[in-house]
Amino acid sequence: MKRLLATTALALTLAAPAMAQDYVPDPAAKPGGTITVTYKDDVATLDPAIGYDWQNWSMIKSLFDGLMDYAPGTTDLRPGLAESYEISGDGMTFTFHLRPGVTFHNGRAMTAEDVKYSLDRVTDPATQSPGAGFFASIDGFDAAMSGAATGLSGVAVLDPATVRITLSRPDATFLHVMALNFASVVPREAVEAAAGDFGKAPVGTGAFRLAEWTLGQRVVFEKNPAYWREGLPYLDGVVFEVGQEPIVALLRLQKGEVDVPGDGIPPAKFTEVMADPAQAARVVQGGQLHTGYITLNVTIPPFDDVRVRKAVNMAINKARITQIINGRAVPATQPLPPSMPGYTEGYAGYPFDMAAAKALLAEAGLGDGFETDLYVMNTDPNPRIAQAIQQDLAGVGIRANIRSLAQANVIEAGGAGTAPMIWSGGMAWIADFPDPSNFYGPILGCAGAVEGGWNWSKFCDEGLDAKATEADSLADPAKAAERLALWSEVYVGVMEQAPWAPVFNEERYTMKSERMGGADALYVDPVSIPINYDYVYVK
Amino acid sequence: MGAYLLRRLIAAALILLGVSFITFVLLYVLPADPVRQIAGRSATPATVESIRQQLGLDQPFLVQYGRYLAGLAQGDLGRSYLQKTDVATLIAARLPASLMLMAGGILCELALGLSMGVIAALSRGRFTDQALMMASFVTVSAPQFVVSLLLLYVFAVRLEWFPIGGYGTLAHLALPALTLGILGSGWYARMMRSSMIDVLRADFIRTARAKGLSRARVVLRHALPNAALPVIAMIGIDIGVFMGGIVVVESVFGWPGIGQLAWQAIQRVDIPIIMGVTLVSACAIVAGNLLADVIAPFIDPRITLR
Repeated sequence: MKRLLATTALALTLAAPAMAQDYVPDPAAKPGGTITVTYKDDVATLDPAIGYDWQNWSMIKSLFDGLMDYAPGTTDLRPGLAESYEISGDGMTFTFHLRPGVTFHNGRAMTAEDVKYSLDRVTDPATQSPGAGFFASIDGFDAAMSGAATGLSGVAVLDPATVRITLSRPDATFLHVMALNFASVVPREAVEAAAGDFGKAPVGTGAFRLAEWTLGQRVVFEKNPAYWREGLPYLDGVVFEVGQEPIVALLRLQKGEVDVPGDGIPPAKFTEVMADPAQAARVVQGGQLHTGYITLNVTIPPFDDVRVRKAVNMAINKARITQIINGRAVPATQPLPPSMPGYTEGYAGYPFDMAAAKALLAEAGLGDGFETDLYVMNTDPNPRIAQAIQQDLAGVGIRANIRSLAQANVIEAGGAGTAPMIWSGGMAWIADFPDPSNFYGPILGCAGAVEGGWNWSKFCDEGLDAKATEADSLADPAKAAERLALWSEVYVGVMEQAPWAPVFNEERYTMKSERMGGADALYVDPVSIPINYDYVYVK
Repeated sequence: MGAYLLRRLIAAALILLGVSFITFVLLYVLPADPVRQIAGRSATPATVESIRQQLGLDQPFLVQYGRYLAGLAQGDLGRSYLQKTDVATLIAARLPASLMLMAGGILCELALGLSMGVIAALSRGRFTDQALMMASFVTVSAPQFVVSLLLLYVFAVRLEWFPIGGYGTLAHLALPALTLGILGSGWYARMMRSSMIDVLRADFIRTARAKGLSRARVVLRHALPNAALPVIAMIGIDIGVFMGGIVVVESVFGWPGIGQLAWQAIQRVDIPIIMGVTLVSACAIVAGNLLADVIAPFIDPRITLR
């Protein structure tokens, strides 16, 4: 097993405004070969404006490009379809110069009009894009989303190779937003020809193009011979087989029929696989921009008392809970995962201390404990984790009834604010882009603490919100370190009020077949899960 | 016969209408909001409302149901909320696989179940009978997941007689069909056994014996067809189960049937797909039962359709 030192590497590269250092081509890489990747669930859609799960996210990344991109295997921004860009002094205007000679899979040249069309489309309410909200800082967003205007007034085509985007407020995360799948450039004629189902007939500028889609069985990608990045992709094709149980995918991998089981190693087989040196050698471990946490609803007594929330934090034995998931996680001390810029090194959080927890409860007048409900999604291992939490809480006198429900029902209860405690597993926050702001707004900020919002603690601190806004106004790359320091303060401030009990940060374990080549980082790529299809190769 | 068919078809239409209404009500009161699934976690309340409006989910229940029925009358099952694809297309793509597995599964069920039942009836009260009835009890209570994985492991991974899951050839069909055959055979074996015991006591069997016919001929030519009749009627119910109710076997063997589609849609609160699959399986059950009733007189002339 190879463990990546992702944490330190990221901390170094992201402290400085990451950009420049691009990928160094692998000298051992050679073109050719088709690999097989399996999934349990169908691919829902390959429309970049619609797709928003970790299965189609990496697939869409390989079919489409946006103006910005990430160096493979890292969280470092690099230019994509934009060859270069300028940011105005006030951080409000971005001018992107497009790369010449880029063509769509249908052969037509990509122009600035396509960029505008794509951004207009994703913010058109008729598209029903789950990612529209990311573009809220672009001038004209509100008018476009409300239907008062057609298209974004802040996006202007200066000439066929230049696009100027004007913001309505400073947004330090804007370049990350332009690297989201939702900002992918799509050709209008192909979207219109697909008559509402572009997701099944995607046409982009990416390294691969869609060759076949047999519903319920397989999706086949083939190499885009005209791809604008020289020499890429290495693979001739990728076959995604759907409807396969993870345990069967593992058996097939052991027989050499599968190259990457997309859903990972099934929990029941994990210990067995890792105990076999031959198999463990083909498992790559890496960090993930994920935190699993318990939300404590600050509007429901007794969680309106910060002492009770702190007591819950201290009552949880995080190390034991990580054992339940075969140790595939590290105990968490704060909302941000360790590989996220802005993570506060050395912050200890609330260590496991039952005596201190009991003392806090007694101080809050709850020395005899109390009864409450813990909501949890009903798929393994979440109910088992909830039971461990239940036992830990019982140790300090809190009697938590487990309410194990389908995902959609837990989300509904969380949004409605009726759940006192929720274990986030299965619905947990995995970052959309590698920036600390992404862990705040919807899940800890006041904006998310509304009916139906994702801030299930209903926690709203206007002081912290103001600090978060201040941080995101520091759009000047030279102030990146200052900005991250502000974000660190925000999260430490959140922890002082303890609306969450952060439990663990999941680690990723990707298994691959013997013949798969390419750097380990490609197999635990933080933005392309499970793997970065564009850069891996067959030995 | 014509009047009978017409009556049954009208009844079938009413049953389907009832099924559609009940399913629609259940999905309407479900404490999970499909719009939130579509809108995603970064959506603003305005986006959520806009999507709700576009899908007509802001309308009162009866308006929503009326619109659904109007679409249905034109053969339109709607569009998947999350995939944006026509539900009819999604179901049609999986129909051949479901029908193939249905045929294979029922064939295996009948072959296994009927022979077990006949053998048990003939050795009634003896060890073979008890062993077979015990076996039938085990098969009906065995979990799908265990049986399918066991067969897959032994016959595909270890012995390599069959491919490890997938769809396309008869070799791919063998193991899932056998799994379903084993799981369902218990019901048929028990039905067949009691039905066979009744028939073997009947006068016409005694007459046949008295004529000096061989035991094999009496059993196969005279007793079996009569005893099998009530058992055949059970197939009608099975058809419905096979259209959308065999999720586990489908996912272990990677069989692209309708069950997987339904299961994924339930997870994602993709209501148009759930409605579509429910209606298609209800259609299959109704059609299966109707078929069983219509062919009954051809097997047993004593039955007339009125």
